[in-house]
Amino acid sequence: MKLYQKTAAELSRLLQNKEITAVEVLNSFMERVDEVDPQLKVFITCTFDSALETAAAVDHRRMENEKLHPLAGVPVAIKDNFCTEGIKTTCASKILESYIPPYDAAVVEKIKSIGMPILGKTNMDEFAMGSSTENSAFFVTRNPWDLECVPGGSSGGSAAAVAAGMVPFALGSDTGGSIRQPAALCGITGLRPTYGRVSRYGLIAFASSLDQIGPLALNALDCSLLLEAIAGYDQRDSTSLHREVPQYSAAVDRELEGVKIGLIKENISANFDPEIKDAVLKMAALFEENGASVTEVSLPHTDYGLSAYYLIAPSEAASNLGRYDGVRYGFSANGDNIFSLFSRTRGQGFGTEVKRRIMIGTYALSAGYYDAYYLQAMKVRTLIRRDYEKAFQNFDIIVGATTPTPAFKLGEKADDPLQMYLSDVCNITDALAGVPSLSIPTGLHSKGLPMGMQLTAAPLNEGLLFQAAAVLEKCNDSSPVGRPSILPVEGSCRNGI
Amino acid sequence: MSDDFIREVEHVARLARLLLNSKEKELMADQLGAILDTARKVREIDTAGIEPTAHVFSIPAFLREDAISPSLPVEKVLQNAPKKMKSYFLVPSITAIEEE
Amino acid sequence: MEFETVIGLEIHLELQTRSKLFCSCSTAFGSEPNTSCCPVCLGLPGSLPVLNRKAVELAIIAALSLQSEVQTESRFDRKNYYYPDLPKAYQISQYDRPLALGGFIEMEMDGAKRKINLERIHIEEDPGKLMHSGESILDSDYSLVDYNRAGIPLLEIVTKPDLRNGREARLFLEELRCILLYSGSSDCRMEEGSLRCDANISLRPAGSKTLGTRTEVKNMNSFRAVEMALDYEAGRQAAVLSAGGSVVQQTCHWDEGARETIPLRGKEGSSDYRYFPEPDLLPLILKPDYIETLAASLPELPSSRRARMMEEYGLDPADAAILTENRSLGDLFEAAAGEYKDYRNLARWVRGDLLYLLKGSDRNPSEVDPFLLIKLLTMLDEGEINRPVAKDLLDNIVKNGTDPRELVQQKGLGRIADRETLQPVVEKVLAENKDAVASIRQGREKAFAFLVGRVMAATAGRADPGKVQELLRELIN
Repeated sequence: MKLYQKTAAELSRLLQNKEITAVEVLNSFMERVDEVDPQLKVFITCTFDSALETAAAVDHRRMENEKLHPLAGVPVAIKDNFCTEGIKTTCASKILESYIPPYDAAVVEKIKSIGMPILGKTNMDEFAMGSSTENSAFFVTRNPWDLECVPGGSSGGSAAAVAAGMVPFALGSDTGGSIRQPAALCGITGLRPTYGRVSRYGLIAFASSLDQIGPLALNALDCSLLLEAIAGYDQRDSTSLHREVPQYSAAVDRELEGVKIGLIKENISANFDPEIKDAVLKMAALFEENGASVTEVSLPHTDYGLSAYYLIAPSEAASNLGRYDGVRYGFSANGDNIFSLFSRTRGQGFGTEVKRRIMIGTYALSAGYYDAYYLQAMKVRTLIRRDYEKAFQNFDIIVGATTPTPAFKLGEKADDPLQMYLSDVCNITDALAGVPSLSIPTGLHSKGLPMGMQLTAAPLNEGLLFQAAAVLEKCNDSSPVGRPSILPVEGSCRNGI
Repeated sequence: MSDDFIREVEHVARLARLLLNSKEKELMADQLGAILDTARKVREIDTAGIEPTAHVFSIPAFLREDAISPSLPVEKVLQNAPKKMKSYFLVPSITAIEEE
Repeated sequence: MEFETVIGLEIHLELQTRSKLFCSCSTAFGSEPNTSCCPVCLGLPGSLPVLNRKAVELAIIAALSLQSEVQTESRFDRKNYYYPDLPKAYQISQYDRPLALGGFIEMEMDGAKRKINLERIHIEEDPGKLMHSGESILDSDYSLVDYNRAGIPLLEIVTKPDLRNGREARLFLEELRCILLYSGSSDCRMEEGSLRCDANISLRPAGSKTLGTRTEVKNMNSFRAVEMALDYEAGRQAAVLSAGGSVVQQTCHWDEGARETIPLRGKEGSSDYRYFPEPDLLPLILKPDYIETLAASLPELPSSRRARMMEEYGLDPADAAILTENRSLGDLFEAAAGEYKDYRNLARWVRGDLLYLLKGSDRNPSEVDPFLLIKLLTMLDEGEINRPVAKDLLDNIVKNGTDPRELVQQKGLGRIADRETLQPVVEKVLAENKDAVASIRQGREKAFAFLVGRVMAATAGRADPGKVQELLRELIN
């Protein structure tokens, strides 16, 4: 077994036992990137040189018997909407094509201080708006399970990288499913933590009241390790929660005896792909075999989630993206007066989907429509939160399918925004409620594509999700989907774009 | 798509400072119409007496002490500036702010 | 037709914090361009605001000192608009849940007691600063942006339309400044832009209750400019209405040079600010006992101090007004009044010579030792020194903090009253001014005062004027 085929936890153990070096680990992953990235197109920017420096420094410190973080030397990839000092951060947008931030995001600071080599910045839908990574201004990322299919989005680059063994785990952001949906479509595990669990400082905002950073990994244990590394209170993010970070990785050894699991009625009775629903039911049966109780639970306002989300998120986005005006940074069009500078910069710098959402959001907030659209959506959000509060009075975890279908073909939904929006339909209400939600693989569809199930818990109960997921992994002998086989082709990504 | 809605799209694009060509305007008008039809679903629910959610968790606001920490060096402030003059950002004439 | 002018003011004040409202950059005035900037106040992607505790405290203090009701829950909103000085394309402000509601200032205006009511008080951030290449906005090919000011904490105070002319607006602003200087929330320096004022002004037929169409007047850079601009604009509107025209709702700039208001281009459409709750900041929840603690720590405010000083020291309204205008001048007076009981004499000296010397030497009243002042006045009262000498000694107290008695001893500045010293001086003056002596002998008393003045001058103002007169009479007769 090659090093790039190992999980982060295994690598961590081997590194701590000094059986391997961080440079060896990194070399294995870099070779893998060189092998498969020309086909998959995951990285917008590769940062191999600085990753090597980090790995070498970790090896040196380990030789000196310094006490290191367990993840020191384990490489990671980062979605290109996290600010990285001195390294291009584009949000996969033409408007930030050559933008170099003068500071690191809070989570990047943490990753660096641990000594985790950063392999590069991964592709995404422009400003995280999309569900297929096709909205990248630069290139399309492919699904490692089927190169004709999308990897999901918006964290499609991070998901594909993990699935293809280019990196043991990666960071993504989830506003309305952008971690969980690509995790499901790529057959890996991805967590959207509780809103406020991870500092958003330095995450380029899409919709501030919904954005949350989380890990994508091969299994629950790796997810929990990465969450431990990045979670915690940060004074620079006023919405960050002032709560201790538990040892999430300890949760994977716990039993499920007595855990109450709710099968979300609105999800399981929806018109989704039957194989996906069957897989969820199969997992539910496994939960029962392991001592958990499984009954149905209803989230009655689920149907309104999509509508509320597609008012709230674009409204916040329209405001958050106002700053890209061609004055201080980023792409700047020629304009002989300030108005033409603004509107040409934004007209030419943003892609179609971003413009579409700015238009929806501006409309929903504009005079005469605020009460009917934005305010009403915020009230519906309250009702959705209450659905969850009620559900968690009786259940520890509620579950359903992560996506209605497995990965769809490239271009299949590109011209129909509403169809594209519907691919997040299962992920949106969790985000509106701010609760933690984990997507795990449930098996392979007859089309040969992975399927996913979503586990959701009450705020700050991420540990419980890892616990449940780990029990299923044991029953399935690690992953029910295994790993995709991708053949290397000629080429190298080292130059990035 | 009605001319009225095209005008609405033009108005919103102006508010959002987005220059759209006529093809984009038509496409937007089509798609926004469909998206807003879906979004209108929120109006089916009676929300009388329901408080809006602006923040999912009501935690007390953190207040920072009034202490100064170093600002960015001016080179870093200006490093991404599309146009600058001395240590200022440079912008074209602001007289025509409402035109075009 | 008779018109009544209706004026409401929107005042922006810089809160006196060390760091900005949402980041730790310095608020110091006059730094090199773009040197007090960080990811937050530049609106760099990914940055987030964190509220400054001191700004909140100063805002509450200001609100309390204006009798405004501080809300236990207020909220921050985003005001969205595009302008090159606005880094995030939104200003973080407070819209439908401001920090404080209501409030008023009660004051004398031309002998009548008036109560000017406030609508609301809220916290917001300042945008950056634009500099234009040409003479004005209108003829500039390009502009330069400095974001040092972006994010400086501002307090916005909105009055009800309770003011009736430019003079009232000026008097209101002077009183407002006086109050806020007392409470220490802002330094209110209009010339540095730490106090800015815009006005809404409309006319209506006298006696009418409905408001007429208003215009907004901006760019008034001094209290005098506010008075002139509003009186000008009221006159302009009256002329329009009298001629049968109607006032167009618009924004005008006060042109200081031309002494007239100039309409800016119509801003239709730009007024849709798309306010919505700022998702990056939680609501500001204030505990009632915190607000009470701040209320208890408020200093005595100018209006009640004025009343008390008239009562306690028997001062007339003019003296009381001048002595309370500046908090530390009032403090100096009261410190001295603790020991020196001729309050009216003390008031005359403090508001007269002392204030004049302070202004001339750019000193603050708090730098003056009240005990030196008491010593000086007592020496004068007891005839140890003459008035002209006292003025010199006061100058030394203000500029150098010198003890007047020590200086008198050191330089021999005491009063000369003994005959042996004075008689030769008087004789010399008489000898040199025979004409004057002659005219006195002819009954012209005017010349007598002249001779007293000569003797005083010859003794550098130290001679005892009574003794001098006595000697002169004796020697002339």
